[in-house]
Amino acid sequence: MKHAARRSRRAVVRGSRQAVAGSARLWQASPLTYIVLIFAIVLSAFPLYWMFVVATRTNAVVGAVPPPFIAGQHLGDNLRRVFENEQAHFAKALINSAIASAVIALSTVFFASLAGFAFAKLRFKGRNALLLIVVATMMVPVQMGLIPLYMVMVHLHWTGKLQAVIVPFLVTGFGVFMMRQYASQAIPDALVEAARVDGASTFRIFWSVVLPALRPAASVLALFTFMQQWNEFIWPRAVLNPDNPTVQYSLALLNSAYFNDYTLMFAGTVVATIPLFIVFVVFGRQIISGIMEGAVKA
Amino acid sequence: MAVDLRPATAAPRAAPHERRGFRARLARMDLKYSPYLYISPFYILFLAFGLFPLGYTFWVSLNRWEIIGDHKFIGLRNYTRLMTDDQFWNAVVNTLGMFVIATVPQLILALLLANALNRRLRFQTLFRMGVLLPLVTSVAAVAIVFTQLYGRDYGMINWILHFFGVHKIDWQANRWGSWVAISTMVDWRWTGYNSLIFLAGMQAIPRDLYEAAAIDGASRRQQFWRITVPMLRPTIIFTSIISTIGGLQLFTEPLLFNFGYMNGGSLRQSQTVAMYMFENAFNRFQYGYGSAVAWMLFLLILVFSLVNFLLIRRFAGGEDK
Repeated sequence: MKHAARRSRRAVVRGSRQAVAGSARLWQASPLTYIVLIFAIVLSAFPLYWMFVVATRTNAVVGAVPPPFIAGQHLGDNLRRVFENEQAHFAKALINSAIASAVIALSTVFFASLAGFAFAKLRFKGRNALLLIVVATMMVPVQMGLIPLYMVMVHLHWTGKLQAVIVPFLVTGFGVFMMRQYASQAIPDALVEAARVDGASTFRIFWSVVLPALRPAASVLALFTFMQQWNEFIWPRAVLNPDNPTVQYSLALLNSAYFNDYTLMFAGTVVATIPLFIVFVVFGRQIISGIMEGAVKA
Repeated sequence: MAVDLRPATAAPRAAPHERRGFRARLARMDLKYSPYLYISPFYILFLAFGLFPLGYTFWVSLNRWEIIGDHKFIGLRNYTRLMTDDQFWNAVVNTLGMFVIATVPQLILALLLANALNRRLRFQTLFRMGVLLPLVTSVAAVAIVFTQLYGRDYGMINWILHFFGVHKIDWQANRWGSWVAISTMVDWRWTGYNSLIFLAGMQAIPRDLYEAAAIDGASRRQQFWRITVPMLRPTIIFTSIISTIGGLQLFTEPLLFNFGYMNGGSLRQSQTVAMYMFENAFNRFQYGYGSAVAWMLFLLILVFSLVNFLLIRRFAGGEDK
């Protein structure tokens, strides 16, 4: 009897020790996990690497078997050909895209923070209904309004001009909603009240109390907006002219005129990707946490 | 924040009486109207460049509208014409085909990848950045590079397939080939992004659920299908609806895959609905007909988001009743 009790106690102890070890082991990465992840990263990186390799070669590369996997020495030549190409207006396209993306990113952050602050922290009539409208606009596909938007631009004499790809997108429903979500949990009501008691105007409260507190979300929104605008294609293709394109449009022009000249096109794609790549290397962590936090809230 | 601790009596002494009244009125107005002022930029832009075009699309679609400013009301004739337009239905089939072969593997792969990322890992940030890398590639670049990789004569994919005894495939010329090629571009770009969203969802699942299951002897695979997938249902619905909205508007990749030809190949084998809308409006200058295509696209997105939602709610529920 005594013997049996001791034995069963020993079994329980052994069992619980196994469970603790098991819970640590439960989340351990097996070698297979690493193999899967490394394979995924190779697949992710390879097209980019290939883009770079071809951009540094001559067109002789195209027929080569096996294909070359190491960079050559002709990047300079290929880049010169891209920038000197008369159909692509590549330099102008880069400048256009940089201006449009930067202006839209800054203005989206400013107006979205302002509206997000108002929705999260100020009391006014119709607040909930108005917020619902913001959310509803996020569901509407962009391409729906393409044709009439084009007609509006014709009316304003903006077709072919850079403002046509900037002004309609200065602030988005997504941005407003994102900043509203962040502001409602990042800014204590007491902070706003205290500033109010000190006699600060609403804008003063926004500028010196709220905006600094919104900085983490604001930088993620700016990065996303910049990346999205840099990649915008269908609307610039519709409203701009081939002699004043954005960078994606310019690549499309190269693609349709020189579809056999791979080194030329690839050199262009390398240049078009570099700004995004720099943003990613510098701000990668913020972008990842932005995606993951946004997902949990959604 | 600097707090002014001086006695409040200092201010009224400095300011004359009526000025204080003016300031008080100003402060009241500030309190009352500032919120509306702050949210107004969004609504003004949305009215001018969002809502107005949206409603106007419908009006335009009820007209024969060929040169801007010159139009004739024809009621629903554009829509009845669409119903019997083979090119339109061809574009619908292409869009849905590419949508399915792009989205289904993409979400499954993203789920598996997220499951791997959810382990305790060395170089965690590096792996996360690695899977997100495709998203930061410029979209036209993706299309151009993949089109080259899928080249019939010199493309690397045919070269690799050659080792497995597969004959050269002319990816551009046939329907399935171009669907597969274009879908891989979409998959390559978005799988990592979706896996990060799934990962975020997985990290919100309470860990003791897994521990309890492990004690009960459930294998990792069982844990994945019985715990992870059902618990992730809201996230799966979210990503699949986002993918539906994006996938049905597919435009850049198929356009560049066809070297800029809006018809999507000589047999229209990879023309999407968005391309068909664009072709009608901006190549044929049939704005009315193009707008009708736009409304059908919107309808398509609505229907498929709903179908998606219902399907996933039904099937991602695991074995429970």
